[in-house]
Amino acid sequence: MSIDKDTARKVAHLARIEVDEAALEPLAKDLSRILDFMDELNEVDIEGVEPMTSVTPMDLPRRADEITDGNRQADILANAPDAREGFFAVPKVVE
Amino acid sequence: MSDLNTLTIAAARDGLRKGDFTAPELTEACLSAAEGSGALNAFIAHTPDLARTQADAAQQRISAGDAPAMCGIPLGVKDLFATKGVQTQAASAILEGFKPPYESTVTQKLWESGAVMLGKLNMDEFAMGSSNETSTYGPVINPWRRGNEDTPLTPGGSSGGSASAVSGDLCLAATGTDTGGSIRQPAAFTGIVGVKPTYGRCSRWGIVAFASSLDQAGPMTKSVRDAAIMLGAMAGHDPKDSTSADLAVPDFEAALTGDIRGKKIGIPKEYRVDGMPEEIERLWHEGAEMLRDAGAELVDISLPHTKYALPAYYVIAPAEASSNLARYDGVRYGHRAKIRQGEGITQMYERTRAEGFGDEVQRRVMIGAYVLSSGFYDAYYKRAQKVRTLIKRDFETVYADGIDAILTPATPSAAFGIGEMADADPIKMYLNDVFTVTVNLAGLPGVSVPTGLDAQGLPLGLQLIGQPWGEAEMLNMAFALENAAGFAHHAPKWW
Repeated sequence: MSIDKDTARKVAHLARIEVDEAALEPLAKDLSRILDFMDELNEVDIEGVEPMTSVTPMDLPRRADEITDGNRQADILANAPDAREGFFAVPKVVE
Repeated sequence: MSDLNTLTIAAARDGLRKGDFTAPELTEACLSAAEGSGALNAFIAHTPDLARTQADAAQQRISAGDAPAMCGIPLGVKDLFATKGVQTQAASAILEGFKPPYESTVTQKLWESGAVMLGKLNMDEFAMGSSNETSTYGPVINPWRRGNEDTPLTPGGSSGGSASAVSGDLCLAATGTDTGGSIRQPAAFTGIVGVKPTYGRCSRWGIVAFASSLDQAGPMTKSVRDAAIMLGAMAGHDPKDSTSADLAVPDFEAALTGDIRGKKIGIPKEYRVDGMPEEIERLWHEGAEMLRDAGAELVDISLPHTKYALPAYYVIAPAEASSNLARYDGVRYGHRAKIRQGEGITQMYERTRAEGFGDEVQRRVMIGAYVLSSGFYDAYYKRAQKVRTLIKRDFETVYADGIDAILTPATPSAAFGIGEMADADPIKMYLNDVFTVTVNLAGLPGVSVPTGLDAQGLPLGLQLIGQPWGEAEMLNMAFALENAAGFAHHAPKWW
């Protein structure tokens, strides 16, 4: 599977990573090389094989639906690049 | 007692209990070794005030006579572990300035057992790398050198700071994490012991996530006995990690009898890879002979899907990483890029991540986004998860046939020079994980033990792969191998 420049642009946007126009071509080459390596998987006969969902056979544990933590607004905002009046502040989202 | 920093955990524990020296003396020796180690670039944050407070508290417990084995033992902590109030960046610029208001479960357990934190250790950014060259702090340098050369060598990665710090006697032991080989490969490159426990043995809570179905924390130590002691203090059920196993933690140290008579050790033919250096082949053969001499039986086995482990890993790990790393958006913590007039939140996200993530992390996040994207999910991600099932089945089959453990080389080469792989394509770097990555895909425990030197005097290691939850038995075999190999080499101090 080969990735072209347009696909590289699309993947970069899906990943929310800004890539300069000039860097798209080398990026496409890099990604294509890695995907070629993954194409080895096409040699494997996977007929009837279940995809792995959990490496150790286990049921997801459950607990009572109770509040065990909370009231930590100051902790949660402590590392924010921009916090105002108890909220995370971001550029305008809604017009 | 100026060289207390060179002690093993076991020797320090015994010395502390006998009163030969105190926990503060031991901590001071490590603090000064760590402070004088700038040339290795292993420590990225020193926490001497915290260390001294913890050492005083540890000494009180030791003097009171109720101290656990790890009490007073100075450790380095990989930067992937959240440490309350102490910078935790996963060696990434995107987490610049991040100080978690909480402590990871594994480090919390270590501090509760009386261990002392010396500081945070360098690593590959978000644990993505095999040479520690992707760190925002620059590469860690291996204490070992080739013969009389002064070419700086990599300690491996991603737990390279941990490996270098333990090997260079900057601490008694260190925490590491292993997603595809990130404990075992650097352990092998630096002549120390590294354990990747069974998936679920150690809580992942508070460890910066890379690939959640593969990540495990483990000890990096100077001996197998130390690994057994430290793993006991790190392991255990944690309700905060839903994949943490609710199983009792055995006394790993008590399992170290050295008696492996009658054990069946599998030698997988698929691990004899093309282009493997002759000295790795010889090391492997000699290790097998040592186990045989100790009374084990060697059995040729086949793990037919081994070849597909690396490509499957490089689909699954980036897919999980792209999901896990979506949280770094410049909103809640870490770096936020500046936007220009007329730009909005999308530009903020995209520029934040472009500025904050290094090249390798960007590459993997994009690969992950691609293999999970509509139209490619089945062809890549789902197929890789099916191949993962087959890889795990390979191991289940040989264990069901009576194999107790599997012996393989730990790495395909000795440590290489910093920058030597810079021009190689990314795949060449990925090949470092060829012997270790199967173990993560199958959720098994693995241990790397130093057993010899290459022609240039660099350490080489062998890997033992155990059964699920069979760390105790695996460590006992590693102990027998360690005893037989008698690896007593040490990098001469040049820094």
